[in-house]
Amino acid sequence: MFFKFLLRRLIYVIPTLLITTLVVFSFILLIPGDPVVALLGENATPEKIAQMREQLGLNDPILVQYGNWLLHAIHGDLGKSIFTGQPVFEAVTGRLAVTFQLVFISMLVSVGLGMFFAITSVYFPNSVMDYIARFISILGASLPNFWVAMLLVVFFSLTLNWLPATGFISITENTAGFFKTVLLPAISLGAVGMAVITRHLRSSLLEVMGADFVRTAYSKGVSRWRSIFNHGLRNAMLPVVTTIGIGFGNAIGGTVVIETIFAIPGTGQLAVNSILQRDFTMLQGVVLILIVLVIIINFITDIVYALLDPRIEY
Amino acid sequence: MSIKEVMRRFRSERLAFVSFIFLLIISIVAIFAPLITPYNPNAQNLSNILANPSFSHWMGTDNLGRDIFSRVIMGTRTAIQASLFAIIIPLSIGVPIGIIAGYLGGIIDDIFMRIVDAIIAIPGILLALGITAALGISLWNAMIAIGIVAIPQFARLARGQTLQVRTEPYVESAKISGAGPIWTMFKHIIPNISPPVLVQASVNISFAVLAETSLSFLGMGAQSPQISWGSMIQQAYSMINLNPWLIVYPGVATALTVMAGNFVGDGLRVAIDPKLKKL
Amino acid sequence: MTSKEEWPLLEVKNLHASISTTKGNIIPVNSISYSIKPGEIVALVGESGSGKSVSALSIMRLNAPEIKYKSGSVINYKGKNLLELKEKEMRRLRGNEISMIFQDPMFSLNPVHRIGKQIAETVKLHRKVTPKEAKDIVLDLLKKVGIPDPERRMSNYPHQLSGGMRQRVMIAMALACQPTLLIADEPTTALDVTIQAQILTLIRNLQEETGISVLLITHDLGVVAEIADRVLVMYCGKIVEEGTVDELFENPLHPYTKGLMASVPELSEHSKRRLETIPGSVPNPLELPKGCNFCDRCPYASEECGEKEPVLTKASAESDRQVACWYPLGKKGEINHYAKTSNFS
Repeated sequence: MFFKFLLRRLIYVIPTLLITTLVVFSFILLIPGDPVVALLGENATPEKIAQMREQLGLNDPILVQYGNWLLHAIHGDLGKSIFTGQPVFEAVTGRLAVTFQLVFISMLVSVGLGMFFAITSVYFPNSVMDYIARFISILGASLPNFWVAMLLVVFFSLTLNWLPATGFISITENTAGFFKTVLLPAISLGAVGMAVITRHLRSSLLEVMGADFVRTAYSKGVSRWRSIFNHGLRNAMLPVVTTIGIGFGNAIGGTVVIETIFAIPGTGQLAVNSILQRDFTMLQGVVLILIVLVIIINFITDIVYALLDPRIEY
Repeated sequence: MSIKEVMRRFRSERLAFVSFIFLLIISIVAIFAPLITPYNPNAQNLSNILANPSFSHWMGTDNLGRDIFSRVIMGTRTAIQASLFAIIIPLSIGVPIGIIAGYLGGIIDDIFMRIVDAIIAIPGILLALGITAALGISLWNAMIAIGIVAIPQFARLARGQTLQVRTEPYVESAKISGAGPIWTMFKHIIPNISPPVLVQASVNISFAVLAETSLSFLGMGAQSPQISWGSMIQQAYSMINLNPWLIVYPGVATALTVMAGNFVGDGLRVAIDPKLKKL
Repeated sequence: MTSKEEWPLLEVKNLHASISTTKGNIIPVNSISYSIKPGEIVALVGESGSGKSVSALSIMRLNAPEIKYKSGSVINYKGKNLLELKEKEMRRLRGNEISMIFQDPMFSLNPVHRIGKQIAETVKLHRKVTPKEAKDIVLDLLKKVGIPDPERRMSNYPHQLSGGMRQRVMIAMALACQPTLLIADEPTTALDVTIQAQILTLIRNLQEETGISVLLITHDLGVVAEIADRVLVMYCGKIVEEGTVDELFENPLHPYTKGLMASVPELSEHSKRRLETIPGSVPNPLELPKGCNFCDRCPYASEECGEKEPVLTKASAESDRQVACWYPLGKKGEINHYAKTSNFS
């Protein structure tokens, strides 16, 4: 039953994948004038241009081009970097582990702290914690992540000298080093998500705590603490699951900025570099893989939602 | 519900109304920026670099001796321009698409919804980055990209509202009594989708300012001598060891503008649907 | 009359609950007093807005925090004033000695927990039991409340059950720790008519079996006639009439009670009579009429009724009946000789 449900949802993902990849692919159509001239620069020789046209398959009709590109993409062939000649797929997947670690920790920050603030705010209404939570939920969502990053660097790196301002150590190399290097970028990346989750979960939890079944729980002799954790939270989390999914997508998008600031060798940095180097195939590849990642996360979000809500029939 | 009614209730949302006034002031400042700035924002004065705030330089000077206050003032132009792009482009492309899809329904609507849902799934900054990169790096192209990214949201909104209005009894009866689709659209659909589109537009100010500053920060928006809060922060970051204060002014300006957009959006939402107030 | 059985289990004295709003004070419960004896089913009857739910929830101390009790309000349960208990002591009573079922079983059960787990929670909160024992208790309870195939049903979620089944689950949950007092707040209002009768029969049977006391809150005198021993009629936060079911149905003393009875559709012998309703509607709690709160709607009201408020007093020497009316009705609903003619004709 559940397997069938999974399969059905998976089939639903396919058109999304096709459309988003088509969007990514059609970036090339947006290049004004002759894309090859734009890619190679005004001084490129005619032979070089012709060779590039052939390599990119630009002589075919657009849908054929897309079909070919997609077929190759499925087989893990995203072409070669115009700038370095390195296969794009390898370049991107090689950096994916770094970005994944960063995004994962940032999501822990936003979900963990977001839940903490929302729950304490509901448990202690009109307390200091409640005001802090409300303040964060209003302010946090409006702060540019790169600015948060800089404020953190100024405070924790330059003033207190606790954590490094740049660089990244993978968890597989050195756990302590990993946490030292990942903390500031992860907080900067997760700050907005934390604010949004705090706000959303807080209002959702407040609403659920006024529900009839919570009153029933109290009438059974349940304590306030237990009524929040055992009865309110799981119901209140349902709409927030979607928010968390969106937060994941935003965090993946945000790596573009955060990895640049902290000089983290992940896919975000690769995307920025490839734009600055006019390495269009590389950019296409990075964006494609990141989008596929986002779609996978949305799919997982969907499944988690269904698992949390027994009213959804598989 | 009429726009007038919404506006009346909006005025009683204090924080939102103050934010609205703030955005209005920012817009006026943006229009008259060259008249307001005490100095030429790009004039260098190497004999007075990284100066602390003083009576002559309210926010001090940067590493090239440029007056920070004048640059922050000029930055409003870029931010407001980006906001206008992020409202006008989706308003003139996304909303019509949404109305048509919602009005026609059927398979066209299905296909349209699939496409919109898929594009919305792409993180906005990635999409904007890709479009900017393809169009070529410039502030102008960055703003176009920001506008394009905002299209699907408006389209989805307009479609949803159209679907809802289309089945209202008074629209049905107007149709029966011979009202054409164009009449229906102007008489019923446009007035009804205006309030939620207004909310989306004000939230889009926040999105536009964030996206513009982010792109400019990455060097993919404003190019010198164009001035953006994002590029100011980026330049300040390279001086961060010398004067960490430089990141504060453009950062606060960005944060306040983004916040104001969000507050106006929240206030409008409550003004349209007072039931949301408690949350 | 002599055994300690007659000693009240619950004694409410001068219970006064108020909410202050920006427009003024609302008093949902205005100094009411009543008591419930062990094994008795007492019905609290009134229209919506009469304060019956607030007064019931104050026994559980589950009213919204905005509702404040005036000092001097007493809810004695086994001699302890519940309004003065610490929250922790109160929690030990809830679900254990005093339990409650609510109007709408659709929303009263947690949608994301299996019903077995929800029933077991009550047991685990108040008794030290192993998971196996808890499961046996749950199965036993489900059987008791008439749920077929309990083994399978206990792993169902609320949305998989019908309304009547859900209310049975609520009852099972309320009886899980063998409480001494059950508060049933409109237990049948949200259910289909046929299911209503089943649930009432179940409550009555379980009452006879366990000897539990029941406080039944309802607006439906049909329900009252079905199972209650004694009736309290509430209007605008006050008790206006009290008596046994037989006395009350035989001879309502308060015009409001009579009005309520007349508006119950009856399927008995003389069902030819027109279904009457009480004229007007419940007054705005912020602008209660002076004197008797019912005088604006009362066909028998005199000028005096609009000036002086009647208090609840004994209606006759030989019984415990009480009524708050200047002109109580006579036998068989005839107008007592003081009453003026109707001004609603």
